[in-house]
Amino acid sequence: MASVSRSFLLLSIIPTILILCADFACCNTGRKTGDGLDTDFSGFSVPLEHSFEVDDVSRFRMRGALQLRGGRETSVSLSQSQLSEEDRNNLKEVAAVDGLYKIRVPRVSLTDRQTERQMDGYLTAFVRACSLVESHLSDVITLHTDVSGYLIGVSIVTIPGACRGTEVEDEVDLEAFNTTLTIIPPTNAPQPETALFIERMDIEHEKRGKPQEQKSFFAKYWMYIVPLVLFLMMSGAQDQSGVGAANGGGR
Amino acid sequence: MSKPTSLFVIFFSLFVMSEAVFEDQVGKFDWRQQYVGKTLFAHFDSHSQSSKKLFLATDKNIFASFNSRTGELFWRHVDKAGPEGTIDILLLHGQDALMVVGGGRLLRSWDTNMGGLNWEAVLDTGSFQAACFVAMQDTVKHVAVLKKAGTVRHWFSYLVYSGGEEEVYVLGVVPNSHLTIIAYSLEDGEIIKQRSVEAPWLSSVESSCVVVGHGVLMCVDTATLALYALPIQAEEAPQFNQILLQSLDLEVSPGFQPVLVSSQPHPARSPISEFFLQLGPDHHVLLQLNADGYTIAPLRDFQPAFLVSFSTTGEKTVAAVMTPKNETSDVFPPQLYVHAFLKKDDSVGYRVLVQTQDHALTFIQQPGRVVWTREEALADVVTMEMVDLPLTGTQAELEGEFGKKADGLFPMVLKRLSSQVILLQAWLAHLWKLFYEARKPHGQVKNEVTIETLSRDEFNLQKMMVMVTASGKLFGIDSKSGSILWKHYLENVQPNAVFKLIVQRTTAHFPHPPQCTLLIKDKDTGLASLHVFNPIFGRKSHIAPPALPRPILQSLLLPVIDQDYAKVLLLVDDQYKVTAFPSTKNVLQQLQEMASSIFFYLIRSDQGNLSGFRLRKDLSTERIWEVVLPTEVQKIVAVNGKRPNEHVHSQGRVMGDRSVLYKYLNPNLLAVVTESTDAHPERAFVGVFLVDGVTGRIIHEAVQRKARGPVHFVHSENWVVYEYWNTKSRRNEFSVLELFEGTELYNSTVFSSLDRPHLPQVLQQTYIFPSPITTMEATLTEKGITSRHLLVGLPSGAILSLPKMFLDPRRPEVVTEHSREENLIPYAPEMPIRTEWFINYNQTVARVKGIYTAPSGLESTCLVVAYGLDIYQTRVYPSKQFDVLKDDYDYVLISSVLFALFFATMISKRLAQVKLLNRAWR
Repeated sequence: MASVSRSFLLLSIIPTILILCADFACCNTGRKTGDGLDTDFSGFSVPLEHSFEVDDVSRFRMRGALQLRGGRETSVSLSQSQLSEEDRNNLKEVAAVDGLYKIRVPRVSLTDRQTERQMDGYLTAFVRACSLVESHLSDVITLHTDVSGYLIGVSIVTIPGACRGTEVEDEVDLEAFNTTLTIIPPTNAPQPETALFIERMDIEHEKRGKPQEQKSFFAKYWMYIVPLVLFLMMSGAQDQSGVGAANGGGR
Repeated sequence: MSKPTSLFVIFFSLFVMSEAVFEDQVGKFDWRQQYVGKTLFAHFDSHSQSSKKLFLATDKNIFASFNSRTGELFWRHVDKAGPEGTIDILLLHGQDALMVVGGGRLLRSWDTNMGGLNWEAVLDTGSFQAACFVAMQDTVKHVAVLKKAGTVRHWFSYLVYSGGEEEVYVLGVVPNSHLTIIAYSLEDGEIIKQRSVEAPWLSSVESSCVVVGHGVLMCVDTATLALYALPIQAEEAPQFNQILLQSLDLEVSPGFQPVLVSSQPHPARSPISEFFLQLGPDHHVLLQLNADGYTIAPLRDFQPAFLVSFSTTGEKTVAAVMTPKNETSDVFPPQLYVHAFLKKDDSVGYRVLVQTQDHALTFIQQPGRVVWTREEALADVVTMEMVDLPLTGTQAELEGEFGKKADGLFPMVLKRLSSQVILLQAWLAHLWKLFYEARKPHGQVKNEVTIETLSRDEFNLQKMMVMVTASGKLFGIDSKSGSILWKHYLENVQPNAVFKLIVQRTTAHFPHPPQCTLLIKDKDTGLASLHVFNPIFGRKSHIAPPALPRPILQSLLLPVIDQDYAKVLLLVDDQYKVTAFPSTKNVLQQLQEMASSIFFYLIRSDQGNLSGFRLRKDLSTERIWEVVLPTEVQKIVAVNGKRPNEHVHSQGRVMGDRSVLYKYLNPNLLAVVTESTDAHPERAFVGVFLVDGVTGRIIHEAVQRKARGPVHFVHSENWVVYEYWNTKSRRNEFSVLELFEGTELYNSTVFSSLDRPHLPQVLQQTYIFPSPITTMEATLTEKGITSRHLLVGLPSGAILSLPKMFLDPRRPEVVTEHSREENLIPYAPEMPIRTEWFINYNQTVARVKGIYTAPSGLESTCLVVAYGLDIYQTRVYPSKQFDVLKDDYDYVLISSVLFALFFATMISKRLAQVKLLNRAWR
């Protein structure tokens, strides 16, 4: 997370386009089934459940397990099994009646190790079942955390997201999820950029102010003024002498 | 050029031209009304006979002086809001008004002539109990203030009394035990004597005792139904003398606590020996204490009588009794102030000031004539709406012609002819009126607005302001003149009620009258009721609102309309059942059809829970999403969606390189603002969440570190502007968030929250704002073409119109060719406040609480109402009046030029013809 937080800082310093910073942790295609839930890293796993019913009454079943790793570097990965024959048919039926496909994860904290991680309640999100079917089960699940590492929200979208009513004939397309999973911590809002502004003003000031202030009018144009004055003085003296000469001539 | 800021101010002025009001425009389209609030203490200026001053101290911590002839404000002192500025007591003597402020913190003396402060003294700590003037030999020199300091005394109620001698008496009672009388010396404040009297029946000396006659304490007891008299100044051990009410042939109404009313006309003299005893809500008896100090004689029985009061002038005392004329009088007056004066013929005249329950202040003169009424309920406006005025009869006739269904060619022609005849008639009548008025002297032409003459003007600049006040009184105010056109007092409104005003049907659906619904919700129980009324006339609608037996969690106005063009209001109760209003068959059928696309959200800030629901066909609901912000970390302080009547004209912004940056215009977007529970300046933060109200998707989550509230924010178009307090730098800061889809639109034809998979780009920038703010709102125009301004209410009472241009996250750090092309102002960390941006010039709005904006018929013009203690109405033109000719437009010049050109062409044409003819002859 150290590098990430540095990039955060950079982003906040240069508020050009604040790209939504997300930690792309892992994208599990889900085709590898049977991955052991307890892998080598010291994370913990929470169930990801889903529900899709024709009568829209939620009956959540296990979809997979989310491997969460908290601490400085939060990461998440998902291991999920294929949809069974029955589930596939069920999902198609739900899609036909424009039902909803809901997912839920329990409320957990990623950082708090001492106290109980899990709190009561779930975070729920939904997507239209038809768009899930039409996108051939390619969904994007995003987990949102707050400043202290609690999971506060989950969202699911499918790509593409529209329901056009196209039939999905191939059963294979509905077997496995093609899930992109991200976890998004809050963005730090920028502070007023006073330091940079003052620096820039100083530079501008230097650029414009220095030559003007240092060189006075005389110092700048002495090379024109001195010859001019000299010329005037000389010509004046010549004039006088000329007049004198003329007068003298007149006499 | 030594300072960078001055350089930048000059730089900016090239972009944003000034837009202050000209001197001759003052008051032309704006007005301000000043209020003081509910009266707590009132005094008439009895200093001189011809004085027309009234002095009031109110619950809004205001000390004010009124002109008693007109009800206008002479001057007003607005103290701090809250308990720090509460006025505990107001005493008036001669030209001095003495006031104890802030729970006994300060003693102030005001000069009543000019309203200036004579002096102010800080009192010793302790809570205020009682105060009175102390007089010696007919001159008032001292004021006695009794305060409760520490816990030494365990008395619970007090009375301070001074009868013109050199002693001040303090009476304290230990409930149901005994009464203690302490006499203090005036000279050094030492206790002269202290006595204790057994009084096991007495619980509060304040509420059940008064001093009458020569220092006789008169108490009334409900249990024994008796009066008790006790001489305070008695030398030997005093005893209460019991006088049974039965012996006086008096009977107390069941369940009523009797109240005594007495009067001490001058602090140097003892109170008068006559006093009132209230036996029931509308039953008073005038009693007299006989000279022996023990016996009582009834003088007169007053029934019905709601309020009684005494007033003294010279040697005469007037007892005023207020009797209701009709029983149904709903505005029961809780306070009565009487001022009596001697007329030239030595008879007694009087003036009466009545404060009623609806916070109206009425001034009555002798023959019972109401001189003026002030609607002080308007000092506490809770919410408001602006409603278009109805069309005139002729306009409506024309509208009606197009509104009705076509029924054949011939009837249509007839209808057209008849409506044109009507128009002609109206025009002739208008001409005649003009002619008639022109003959009259100029001053006599009155342009008074009455409810009958109300009609929409050409540009829809005049509207009806429907204001809801905390006391439960509704007002209809003409936005042009500020005159109150109708008022309606809602009884039985709890003081902690929450109001929501909904416009269900606008004036656009002639002949159906416009319809507003006020949702009144008790904050504690959540039980709600609906008041349906016509916003133009204030009359209660005959439509019966549905009964709401369960607490209401949420209300939402759907774009669905019933056959009478009223929008459907959905009310969600605590069992997530939905009630529709109106709930006709047509509506229910439509709801069933649309049920799957009706989503709503609920927020429980105490649990940090945001959840979304979808309507089912049977009007039950289904929870579909849930977001939980743990309350241990942060608490939700505010949630704001966008205004439904907002229009965005431009889909994107053209950038310097001619590509388009499309705005993320999600109508379902909610801005949720949280504050951290940790208040430590280093760890405190303010969170801003942008959540889609349909899918519950968190679109953006930003954390402003080292910040705390109060957070004020505006959510509009594709941006959110919020203001917070920076705890580290100790200053107020503004931050702006803008959302863009990018250079390509996902689906340009229609926006659906369910089909928008990509997250928008979020840009954010923060600025320093050199002032705290109290409220914030954005301007709103008819079509959204005009650029936006933010209207910021400052604590000073000024309303700042800040161009949104300054709050643009794309303001570049370094100026480039492209940014110059786009007219972007280079980034400067400090936001300027320029005095010409104050739209209310010197008409400050005290304690501004809210700003309401409404579009007018002119695209350039936005109507603004700022309310708080005062009400201020004006118009703003964020992009100048680009669609209006100026007032000083030179019609003569333009028409003379036109005519000159016309004639010049005519003449030259003629000349050319002549020339051609001549050439032909040649």
